[in-house]
Amino acid sequence: MSLDAGLAPGTRSALEALLLAMADDEFVIGYWDSEWTGIAPLLEEDVAMSSIAQDEIGHARAFYGLLGELTDRDPDTTAYDRPPESFRHCRLVDHARTDWAFTIARRYLYETADAVRLAALEDSSFAPLAGLVAKIQREERYHLAHAEGWLRRLAVARPEGRTRLLAALRTLAPDAATVFTRLPDEATLVEAGVMSAGTADQAVVWRAGLEPLFAQLELPLPGAAADPATGRTTHSDGFRWLYGEFTAVRYMDPVAAW
Amino acid sequence: MVSAAVARAPAVPTVDQVWAALAGVPDPEIPAISIVDLGIVHRVTVGGGVGVELLPTFVGCPALDVIRDAVRERLAALAPGATIDVRFTFAEPWTSDRITPTGREQLRRSGFAPPAPGGAELVQLMPRVACPYCGSRRTRLENSFGPALCRATHYCADCRQPFEAFKPV
Repeated sequence: MSLDAGLAPGTRSALEALLLAMADDEFVIGYWDSEWTGIAPLLEEDVAMSSIAQDEIGHARAFYGLLGELTDRDPDTTAYDRPPESFRHCRLVDHARTDWAFTIARRYLYETADAVRLAALEDSSFAPLAGLVAKIQREERYHLAHAEGWLRRLAVARPEGRTRLLAALRTLAPDAATVFTRLPDEATLVEAGVMSAGTADQAVVWRAGLEPLFAQLELPLPGAAADPATGRTTHSDGFRWLYGEFTAVRYMDPVAAW
Repeated sequence: MVSAAVARAPAVPTVDQVWAALAGVPDPEIPAISIVDLGIVHRVTVGGGVGVELLPTFVGCPALDVIRDAVRERLAALAPGATIDVRFTFAEPWTSDRITPTGREQLRRSGFAPPAPGGAELVQLMPRVACPYCGSRRTRLENSFGPALCRATHYCADCRQPFEAFKPV
């Protein structure tokens, strides 16, 4: 039986789109992070990235689970049985993983953006989401501190660390703000108190929050998304490769019990 | 006390009997501590059957299914034939402050530094945690991530022992 969220049908479908976007973001970045297991630059980073990946995929599972309660859809089916073009993660997390500086640059941009998004949901009128967000916020602080620590280290690691970091920020700049891609009918979510601010307002808060550290480290601030309309719908060959990886076991035996 | 309850085999046990039974369910990763002392039991209800709501320590904790099965099994032994409903909830966040004083001591004796009180503080900002082996505070954080989502790794400069600490969350 599906959960009765007490929402108008339009708001309910907007909520489903929000949950899917958040779940896919956490799922895809979590899988990219997991690619570092065994090959991170330091042993301690093998541990850290594996743990962060497990957290992010756990958050995805919880969001897919909540979505499943609204739609009667099995979370594993949502995660593993969709064609790649149905994923709604943002382009910031769509890029292939490449090097460590790229991973850190992306993680920092993503974690800061995710923190703003979560803050807009912490007092959500949809109680199951507010509860989950309160829990996730306590875990994400560790991810943000990890990314910030490495961002600071790389920014002053001249020449190679800084050069690589700047190259990563250049590559990511057109897509950094795609976390805040407008969601279908998001105005109804704000009206219903599901979300306290729309994505455009969240993006302003995010960018203002980035400014002090980027100024201190003399790093270029990312601008607006280059193509805001397709921020969650266009996917790269990099993502298609990752999709093949994370669905490989599922395809081996689709009816296996886990 | 628990075995007496089983011997009487009540169709539906009392709330206290359920809590006593749950106190006998160990955490699967650190069996020295029970799920009650870990603070993950949110609510117990008895009525038509037995209902238990649990709080995950971490959202992605891989032990959740194991804990749920262990609780179901324990309650089935306590109340044979009763309807048993065990579920996880995020109705309130589990925080490391929910670990009982007994639980903190059990963690320490198992070689895990208990979390600093006040889960609002990140592990990076924590005052130096005491080594669970020698008690020294001359310890340093090696990694705020560890072998399980809920743990960080530290090193004691006095007894030269690496050790794990529960993360404050």
